[in-house]
Amino acid sequence: MTTVLRPHAEDQYADELAILAKADDRPRPPGWKLSPWAVTTYLLGDADYSGGPITPKYIGPRRIVEVAVATLATDRALLLLGVPGTAKTWLSEHLAAAVSGDSTLLVQGTAGTAEEAIRYGWNYARLLAEGPSREALTPSPVMRAMAEGRLARVEELTRMPSDVQDALITVLSEKTLPIPELNEEVQAAKGFNVIATANDRDRGVNELSSALRRRFNTVVLPTPATAEEEVDIVSRRVTQLGRSLELPDTPAGMEEIRRVVTVFRELRAGVTGDGRTKVKSPSGTLSTAEAISVLTSGIALAAHFGDGVLRPADVAAGIVGAVIQDPVSDQVVWQEYLETVVRERKDWRDFYRACRDAS
Amino acid sequence: MRAEPRLTVLGVRHHGPGSARAVRAELERLSPDIVLIEGPPEADALVSLAADPEMEPPVALLAHVPGDPTKAAFWPFATFSPEWQALQYAAHAAIPARFCDLPATNSLAIRPQHDTPGDTPEDPRDSPEPASDGGGPAEALVPASGGGGLSEAIVSVSGGGGSAEAVVPASGGGGSGEAAVPASGSGSGGSGEAADPAFDGGGPGELAAPLLDRGSPGATSPDRPVERDSEEASREADGSGFRVDPIGALAAAAGYDDPERWWEDAVEHRGDTPFEVIAEAMAAVREGYTPDEYEARREAYMRRTIRAAVKEGFTNIVVVCGAWHVPALTQATTAVADDRVLRGLPKVKAEMTWVPWTHGRLASWSGYGAGITSPGWYHHLFDNPVQPIERWLTKAARVLREEGLPVSSAHVIESVRLANSLAVLRGRPLAGLAEVTEAARAVLCEGDELPVELIQRQLVVGESLGHVPDATPMVPLQRHLREEQRRLRLKPEALARDYDLDLRKPLDLDRSKLLHRLRVLGVPWGTLRETRGKGTFKESWTLEWHPEYDITLIEAAACGITVPSAATTKIREVAAGPAHSPTPGSPAAEAQGVALADLTGLVEQCLLADLPDALPHVLKAIGDRAALDHDVRHLMAALPALVRAQRYGDVRGTPADGLGSIVTSLLARSCAGLSPAVSGLDDDTAREMVVQIDAVTSAVTLLDDPATTNATSPGGATSPGGATSPGGATSPGGATSSGDAISSGGATSSGGAISSGNMSSDVASRSVDSSAAYAVTSPRGRWLAALRGVADRADVPGVIEGRIVRILFDAEVIDDADDRMSRAMSLGHPPVRVAVWIEGFLSGGGLMLVHDARLLAMVDGWLSGLQGEAFIDVLPLLRRTFGAFAPPERRAIGSRVASGATAPVEITYDESQAAGAVKTVLAILGRA
Repeated sequence: MTTVLRPHAEDQYADELAILAKADDRPRPPGWKLSPWAVTTYLLGDADYSGGPITPKYIGPRRIVEVAVATLATDRALLLLGVPGTAKTWLSEHLAAAVSGDSTLLVQGTAGTAEEAIRYGWNYARLLAEGPSREALTPSPVMRAMAEGRLARVEELTRMPSDVQDALITVLSEKTLPIPELNEEVQAAKGFNVIATANDRDRGVNELSSALRRRFNTVVLPTPATAEEEVDIVSRRVTQLGRSLELPDTPAGMEEIRRVVTVFRELRAGVTGDGRTKVKSPSGTLSTAEAISVLTSGIALAAHFGDGVLRPADVAAGIVGAVIQDPVSDQVVWQEYLETVVRERKDWRDFYRACRDAS
Repeated sequence: MRAEPRLTVLGVRHHGPGSARAVRAELERLSPDIVLIEGPPEADALVSLAADPEMEPPVALLAHVPGDPTKAAFWPFATFSPEWQALQYAAHAAIPARFCDLPATNSLAIRPQHDTPGDTPEDPRDSPEPASDGGGPAEALVPASGGGGLSEAIVSVSGGGGSAEAVVPASGGGGSGEAAVPASGSGSGGSGEAADPAFDGGGPGELAAPLLDRGSPGATSPDRPVERDSEEASREADGSGFRVDPIGALAAAAGYDDPERWWEDAVEHRGDTPFEVIAEAMAAVREGYTPDEYEARREAYMRRTIRAAVKEGFTNIVVVCGAWHVPALTQATTAVADDRVLRGLPKVKAEMTWVPWTHGRLASWSGYGAGITSPGWYHHLFDNPVQPIERWLTKAARVLREEGLPVSSAHVIESVRLANSLAVLRGRPLAGLAEVTEAARAVLCEGDELPVELIQRQLVVGESLGHVPDATPMVPLQRHLREEQRRLRLKPEALARDYDLDLRKPLDLDRSKLLHRLRVLGVPWGTLRETRGKGTFKESWTLEWHPEYDITLIEAAACGITVPSAATTKIREVAAGPAHSPTPGSPAAEAQGVALADLTGLVEQCLLADLPDALPHVLKAIGDRAALDHDVRHLMAALPALVRAQRYGDVRGTPADGLGSIVTSLLARSCAGLSPAVSGLDDDTAREMVVQIDAVTSAVTLLDDPATTNATSPGGATSPGGATSPGGATSPGGATSSGDAISSGGATSSGGAISSGNMSSDVASRSVDSSAAYAVTSPRGRWLAALRGVADRADVPGVIEGRIVRILFDAEVIDDADDRMSRAMSLGHPPVRVAVWIEGFLSGGGLMLVHDARLLAMVDGWLSGLQGEAFIDVLPLLRRTFGAFAPPERRAIGSRVASGATAPVEITYDESQAAGAVKTVLAILGRA
């Protein structure tokens, strides 16, 4: 058994990848470990797969995965957009694992990411001792991916400074990486491609230049489609987190989870669950991940300061904090929602009260 | 001896570009001497109009029963309709074209009353057959040998019960091997679109909407309610009897979960239509199926028309009908049997005409029966048999460019590649609408939904209005108007003529309604004049008819066949906004809807024109708009109009259900948004705000206290939030109990009100007084509570604060107006602010200075205490304030000041003496 805290996707699901590779008899694009159909199956799962059950990695619309796979197959770069907590990174990791069998060629975009992370750096000791040579050059993950014909992943592309982003343009359009110091270049082997993720809700990000933007096919990852799906994701995750934080055992009331998810979904979508009433949306993202954190802190409150049962009052403060990011406009949004929606729901009376107390 | 008659039945899908092309090609190849088309034979006389160069599809055949607005049916035709192509071919080749379906005379009589009378009638074609019924020239050549008896049976009028070797059914048996999904399996096949026999019996087209409404490629919303309904309906029908969804069954057999997509792959996207296979398959799924009475009659009538054509000597007959009927038309039956089926059909007098149609109406989301979701796409497929994908995406790029979005040719190239590889990944022969939409979204639109919506609207549906020639018979809407004019004794005259209507008389009320409805339809026959008399029961109109109104009426004919139903549809369309969103629930599309003020105007129009069916739609739109509108002033501006409308509705006796709840929610939103809206305003906007606050205040006074909201109120007892929440909707209950006190009228209850002013911190006493807590839920109470929340803030412009204090004081919510006034006038404030405070406080009447000596003394004291310069500064403001008072008021104030009676005077009343007078006054006010 491995001792690493979190194994890579290709290691964790090695057996499933092997099953798929064995049964996969459809044409594989050059450099791919699996055919596009098998990649789709790997991501979406198939309990009745001929070689053995494949667990779903991504729970969401099939078309998203199909567009993503078709994009990679046409050697266009893929840009996964979405609000935080919509499994962008997760999807990109599994795509890389399934297509190239390697999800480790990763560039993490930060405000401090330098061009070396996309192109190459130098081993200065060697550079000084031997002069410029291939040996003195430190390849970036992108360069390695090009040389080996694999998928490179760029996380949080929009967090990188714009000049660093633009280093990708040559790589994506010419599929070469020139090394002027050596008067050489690295040409991408077949199978090379780039999956980038970016967050479209953050402020102060570096917008992609249109030159770079048009080299990507964009797939927007949605928030969970149905309340049931989201409740399922949230309750599972809340239970896991509670366990790993070693909180005292608190029965995470399904009722409260459902309620929090409903509030989040309604405010996010701008319409009530029954589709009859419109509401304003606040400025915050209200992602599934935030719903999870509201509930986790609610459980912590209930366990340590309450009676051990998750009550409306335990989650109310968290919800209010998550919704009201902008003290003026979000306050109005929340008040309206409280007065026009929550108040009308008969079995939400205790929740309404708790929220009013917390606001 | 005459040649053997040759009969070809072309089974089609009613709006399918592939079918249309194939039909045209088959007709060219077969060159028949007569074409029979599924449709009402009354329209035979109108066929020639189809060749008129002025006729432009989309158009529809309209059958209606004069005098009965509930009975009407439309048969729409688009360029890509196989039937239209057949008509065009016939006109081109100069051969007769006839309609062979059951006459509208009968079908309209058989049809049950429509659910929503006056609603747009639907396509009477083929509810039992899928709108996508497969196509195939089931060629039943009448052979010389006796072998293929089935066609013979049809052709020979003597009809000697044909042999068992009927070609199509026999091969259908064979075909069932490949396509064999028993019809019963179709329900579980995820399509669930089968026709419920119970419905089919009488309602042609009634089920057609769900038939095509399933998640067709263009529709991004997978679960529209209609579908669920139809699925449930079909599930229920499962037990009750035999039902079929041939396309669903065939699609399931081919491994498709979406029958529509299967049809596109199998038929529409192929160069050639696999006629035989589908015709055989259709026979296979029809095997063992007994058509219900209505369908049997229709098919019998079709066969009878075929026989008649044979008898007349036509030798090469082509029938164009829904593929579902193919087996039935090539089946061995006798004329005698058919006559028996057709005996004793009920009849009504029906009339036919052509009306213009639109692509939007062809699309299923506008509520039209056998709709298709993507008429624009089909039109494109029909017009561009070569390179449809490339051309489509180029068109999409052009649409985006016209909107100023940068889309390069490289984008188009990449989107074509993506669409094609997606099609390969999904195993489709050609990229369909789903693939090109995905490709457009991922590449052209760079993941942004808004441009995708744009493409949906402009291309996938395509905005296109048909045109009918002038020679077309009168549309029923015109006819209905003519009848109404006769009934109401209003003559269309080119010369202006005045009418004064007394709305208390039924005749005049109906006239008024008619004129209002016509105005909704864009026919301003009557224009309202200022009434000279008094009272709301009088309306003065000037009537003047212009010939172009007829054109407007023809265009409006698609909306409905009577004036009220057409007006209802029109209002619904306006309320839905110009953007017919293809994906319901997408906020982006709805955000561009109509302005709130326009919508409130629509409400008034609904009430004036007495269109109760349209009202809920308008109200829904208002609710949606209000929720998205971030400017609380818009909400406040809309509120008084709605309240007026509610009251006005009462006057005219128009039911205005639902208005109340909209008003309540608007009020709640206004209350919540009031607090942030009143700060940071300059003088002018602050004055406008005061006007709006006044308007809302007087509006909420008109509102009845809806007792129902009390029941659901969780509010009172446990909501101490008022003092801390600037939102204000949750303000102290005690304060509003006094608001209630006014309406309850008791002279003594005002004592309670006076003490309540400082109760905002006194939670305990408030929660005990439950009646007070409930009063928060009265609209007026909530509004006053919101105002109360604002009144204590320091950053509110003086004029607003003064006005609010005055309102609260008048409503007896606060009793410390003098304290507030003295605070407002204290030296801490610059004189200008004090002056505007007074302006706000005293606006709308200075009587209170006459009656309340304390206040007068305060104003007097402040004024006399002003320094000379400061006095000159505020003088214009004061002049404006006092100048607005009525002269007697000014005089009274002046005499008070002159008499020196500005010192506070304690006035005592003898309540026992006053009691009688108070009682009488209350009785007059209706509050006793």
